[in-house]
Amino acid sequence: MKRILAATVAVVAMVPLLAACSSNDKPFITVYNAQHKELLEEMVPGFTKETGIDVKLRNGDDFELANQLVQEGAASPADVFLTENSPAMSLVDSKGLFAPVAKSTLAQVPAQYSPSTGDWVGFAARSTVLAYNTAAVKDAELPASILDLAKPEWKGKVAFSPTGADFQAIASAVLEASGEDATKTWLKGLKANGTVYDGNSTVMKAVNSGDVEVGVIYHYYWYGDQAESGVNSDNTKLHFFGNKDPGAFVSVSGAGVLKSSDKKSDAQKFLRYLNGKTGQQALADGKSLEYPLNPAVAVKSPVKPFSELDPPVIDVANLNGPKVITMMQEAGFL
Amino acid sequence: MAALTLIPIGFVVVYTVVIGPSQAWDLLARPRIGELLWNTTRLVAVGCLLSIGLGLACAWLVERTNVPFRRLWHVLLAAPLAVPAFVNSYGWVSLTQRVEGFGGAVLIVTLSYFPLVYLPVAAALRGLDPALEEAAYSLNNNAWQTFWRVVVPQLRPAILGGALLVGLHLLAEFGALQMLRFPTFTTAIYDQYRSSFNGAAANMIASVLVLCCLFLLLAELKLRGNRRLSRVGRGASRPTSPYRLGRFCAPSLLALAVLVVLALGVPLGSLVHWLVVGSSTAFPLGRLGTAASTSLLLGATAAVLTTVFALPIAWLAIRYRGVASNVVERSTYLGNALPGIVVALALVTVSIQVARPFYQTYVLLLLAYSIMFLPRAVVNVRAALEQAPPLLDDVAHSLGASSLSTVRRVTLPLMIPGLGAGGALVFLAVATELTATLLLAPIGSTTLATEFWSNSSSLAYGAAAPYALLMVLISIPATYLLSKNVKGSVLS
Repeated sequence: MKRILAATVAVVAMVPLLAACSSNDKPFITVYNAQHKELLEEMVPGFTKETGIDVKLRNGDDFELANQLVQEGAASPADVFLTENSPAMSLVDSKGLFAPVAKSTLAQVPAQYSPSTGDWVGFAARSTVLAYNTAAVKDAELPASILDLAKPEWKGKVAFSPTGADFQAIASAVLEASGEDATKTWLKGLKANGTVYDGNSTVMKAVNSGDVEVGVIYHYYWYGDQAESGVNSDNTKLHFFGNKDPGAFVSVSGAGVLKSSDKKSDAQKFLRYLNGKTGQQALADGKSLEYPLNPAVAVKSPVKPFSELDPPVIDVANLNGPKVITMMQEAGFL
Repeated sequence: MAALTLIPIGFVVVYTVVIGPSQAWDLLARPRIGELLWNTTRLVAVGCLLSIGLGLACAWLVERTNVPFRRLWHVLLAAPLAVPAFVNSYGWVSLTQRVEGFGGAVLIVTLSYFPLVYLPVAAALRGLDPALEEAAYSLNNNAWQTFWRVVVPQLRPAILGGALLVGLHLLAEFGALQMLRFPTFTTAIYDQYRSSFNGAAANMIASVLVLCCLFLLLAELKLRGNRRLSRVGRGASRPTSPYRLGRFCAPSLLALAVLVVLALGVPLGSLVHWLVVGSSTAFPLGRLGTAASTSLLLGATAAVLTTVFALPIAWLAIRYRGVASNVVERSTYLGNALPGIVVALALVTVSIQVARPFYQTYVLLLLAYSIMFLPRAVVNVRAALEQAPPLLDDVAHSLGASSLSTVRRVTLPLMIPGLGAGGALVFLAVATELTATLLLAPIGSTTLATEFWSNSSSLAYGAAAPYALLMVLISIPATYLLSKNVKGSVLS
C-alpha cells in the first residue's frame, strides 16, 4: 500500500515538471497547423531568425483543428491557423473567427488565391493530378476530363481517397465548375467505378503496384516519392488535365489570424513572412514540392511549372464544404 | 467519476436533441449507416468468438497438457499485447495489401486481442480444483463431457470478462482498421470530423455506437448471471495431472508456433525490415527520447489515476449489488465506446467554459484518458474484488482487526494483482492513444503515438519504425505484469 501511494505521489509530482519543460521566456505565437509538419519545420526557422519570435505548432488535420477552433471560440489559445486545403479555412471564417489579414500581406500573392473577404490568405498550392500505371494505361487512353472517370469504361480501375480533406476539396471544385447535377452523377459513377483508399500516398502505392490503373492525387505526393526513392511511384506517371478542366483544380493552403488572439501583430508578421520572399523561398527549396504562390519564387524543377497548369477559374471562398459533404454522404462515401 | 464519464455522452445527446428528430432520422436512415452497422457487428462478433476459441484452446494446451516449453508459450502468448494493434496492422499492410477488408481486419484484431481472453482463462484453469472434475468422471462423464459440463461453466466469468474487453477494444478501435480500410462506426466518426464541421452526422453515428456498447454490456451481464464465485477455503487441491497429448503433440506445437509467428513474428519482422531498408529511417535520438519519456510518464500516471478512480466504482458494484450500483458501474463503460475524438471535443467544449486554466494541460489530458479507459481498469478491479469476499472482512474483524488494518492486511493483498492488471491495461491503451492526445496535450508535446502517425500516414514507414519499436519496448513491462499477475485479474 505504502509503495503504491509513494509511486502515485511520485508520478503525480512529475506532471508539473513535464509541463515546465515546455515553457520559456522568448516571445512566441501559437499556430494550429494542419499543413504537413515537415513543411512548417522548413519554413519556420527563417521567421524566428528574422523576428526573434518562436512558433509553437499544434499539428493535426484540416477539419480536426477547424472543429477544435470552432469549439474553442473566443477562448482559443491559437494565434494563427494554417490548413492544407481552403474549405477548412472557409469553415472557421464562416463562424467569424478570423481577423482581417493585413492588406500588404494579401498583396504578396495573386488575388484569386485569397477569399474576397480578405480574412485569410493563400500561402501554398497543390495541383490535382491523375497518377496512372504505365503498364496498364497507354497515354492515348487517358481521360480528357476528371469527369470521365465516372464513365463505365473505368469500372474497377480508379482509386481515390474520399474521406480526406484533399479529395473533398477536389469534389467541391467539381461542384463549383460543373454544377450540382453533373457532380451528383460524377460521384455516383465514382462510387460504382472506384476503390476507396485512405490517403493520397496509399492511392499512389496502389496504382504503382498495379492493384488499380489510375488514382486521383495531388502532384507533390508523386514528386516527393520520386525525389526520395521512387519505391511507390516508379511504375507510374502523372497526367495533368489542364484545359481549365475541374480535374486541373489547384487547391490553396490558407493562413489566417484568429480574432481571439492577443498577439495579433506578431501573428500578422508571421503571415507576411509566410507569403514574403524569404518564406516562399524556404517553401520552394524544401522537400514538400508544393507550389509557392508569391510570383517572385518558382517551384523546383522537375515539378511542372505553375504557369503551365491551366486550372479552372474558381473563387476559393466559394468552395462549398457542407454541400459537398452532404452530396458525398448521399453517394455513400461518408 | 462516473458522472465525469458521462460528459461525452451528454455532448452526443445534446447534439442529437439540438438537430431535431427529422434531421436525425435522415442521418440515421441511410445506406452508409447500414453498411457500418453490418461491418461493426460482424467484426465484434467474429473477433470475440475467434478470440474465445483461440484463448480457450491455447490456455488449455498450456495449462492442462504436457505440451513442451509451457512457460515459454505462456510468455509468447501474452506478448502480442505489447504490440499495439495499429503497429500490427502496419506490419501486415506494409508487407501485403491483401489483408485489407473484412478477412484481414478480423485476422489482425484477433491476433492482437486474443491474449485478453487467453490470460484470464489460463489463470482460471490454473486455479480450478480437480476434485470437481474427478467427481464428474466418477459420475460416468467422459473427458469431453467433463470439459463442457464442469470446466467451461467455471471458466465462464473469465471467458466473458475477456470477451467483453475484446468487444470494447474492437468498438473503439480506430488506427488498425483505418489502415486496413475496413470502415466501422468509429472510423466513420473520424471521417465525418475530418470532412467538415459535421457534429450532427458524427454524433448520430456516435449514438448508434453507444447503443452497440449498451447491447454488449447487457449481453455480458445476462450471460454472466449473478452467481458468486469466490470460494473461501480453497483447501489444498491436488495439482491436476496434465493431459498426455501423445501423437497430437507435434501438431499442437506447430499450431502454437504458427500463431506466435502470425501475431508476433509478422509485425516485429516487418518493423525490423523497415528499420533496415526504409529510405527514410532515421534515429533522431532527441525526438525519440522526448516522445518515449512523455508516453511513459503519461501512461504510468494515467494507469495509477484510472485504477484509483475504478476502485470505488467496482467496490459499489461488488459489495452493494443492485440495480443502482450496476447502472453506475455499467455507465462508466459507455465512455469507452466513444472514439477519442468525441471524448476530446466534448472535453474541449466543457473545459474551455468551466476549467479554462486546465485547458490543454496534462491534467485535462489525463482526465480524458481516465474517462476513455476507465472500463479497462474497472473490469479488472471488479474481478479482483470478487477474490476478496466480505466474509473475509468479517473474519478479520472478529479477530480484532480494525477496518483500516483489514483493508491493508486482507483486502488489498488479495486485490493487488487485479489492480496491477487494470493499471497495465490502461497503460497499454494510453501508450497508443492518438486523437485525444493531439487535441488536448500541451502544445509542443509529442508522444510515440503522435510521431508514429505523422510518419506512417505519409508512408514514411522507415521513419515511423523506430517509434513503433519504442512503443513495443515500453509496453513490455505492462505486458509482463499482465502475464504474471493474472491470478486476481479478470477471472473471478
